[in-house]
Amino acid sequence: MSLLPFCEWLAGTRGSIALHESLYLYPLVESVHVLTLCLFIGMAVMLDLRLLGLALRRVPVSDVFGRLGPWMVAGFVVMILTGSLLFYAIPVRSYQNIFFRIKMIMLVLAGLNAWVFQMTVHRRLATWDLDATPPRAAKVAGALSLVLWALIIVSGRMIAYNWFDCDKQPQPWIVNRAAGCIVDAR
Amino acid sequence: MSLLPFFQWCEASSVSRAISSSPWAFAVIESCHLLGLAAIGGSVLLVDLRMLGFGLRRQAIADVAREAHPWLVGSLLVMLATGIPLFLSEPIKCYYSTPFWTKMTCLLLAIVFTFTVRRKVTTADAMRMRPIWYKLVAVVSLALWFGVGASGRWIGFSG
Repeated sequence: MSLLPFCEWLAGTRGSIALHESLYLYPLVESVHVLTLCLFIGMAVMLDLRLLGLALRRVPVSDVFGRLGPWMVAGFVVMILTGSLLFYAIPVRSYQNIFFRIKMIMLVLAGLNAWVFQMTVHRRLATWDLDATPPRAAKVAGALSLVLWALIIVSGRMIAYNWFDCDKQPQPWIVNRAAGCIVDAR
Repeated sequence: MSLLPFFQWCEASSVSRAISSSPWAFAVIESCHLLGLAAIGGSVLLVDLRMLGFGLRRQAIADVAREAHPWLVGSLLVMLATGIPLFLSEPIKCYYSTPFWTKMTCLLLAIVFTFTVRRKVTTADAMRMRPIWYKLVAVVSLALWFGVGASGRWIGFSG
């Protein structure tokens, strides 16, 4: 099943066109999206560094999570809201953009990583809360999180480039396949 | 004295040509600049939030600042190491860009403020420091760094 018809319908809505063509609103939404990196990923980096035993080693892990977590969640909410608006403004091109797809997959993986962490080693937090160097499983979760968010930032930035856009043909078949481009099969 | 000849010299340099003629160099360097942004954002916010009475409230301000300092310095170095080539890829555009000059002004002020006043206040004995100073320093720091980020983003929209 393809989401393309939905994206095409979305692109025809008044709000999408208005946001796409706006002189200041779109750059403003994009700026908020980029600058909220500092809050959301900035806090996530601090949590991950604590899990890796590289920063805030003398602060209990529960304290770092309890105190910085809400700020990270607030940042995440802003990211989702502004990110959705950015997609809403340019639905079809985003949907058929290879970097956008990579970003979405990485987002799911980052969510899975956080979920697995919550379900496993975080449940035993009481046993390692004060450890300067957390157990291996927590370190792995922290490292994976850092790598995934870095890839999300990079692929997110690359969405702006049209190197692999569907209207730029010919492209290697693998690119067309990955980006969901519909090309003449001759 | 105008800085234009210097910017023109930058534009003519081989580094500038190499970056601006490469289809992907700018994109890659800018991605690294954004990774640095996330890290510097975290290390600045951690301390400024603490000074405002949020975040790691159970730890002393001096302790939080000491923990954050190496990450702040490290990410600032990444920002400079990636920011300079980004500038070199289009010096003349920057010269005529108001957001660029706004950013450079904010950046200079932010760096000076961070390594003088803010550093002194965050490492001082908390017993002898009036709480209002912490709040004031945090607000100034946040405002200056926000100025750097916001005007930096706006360089890309202008021109």
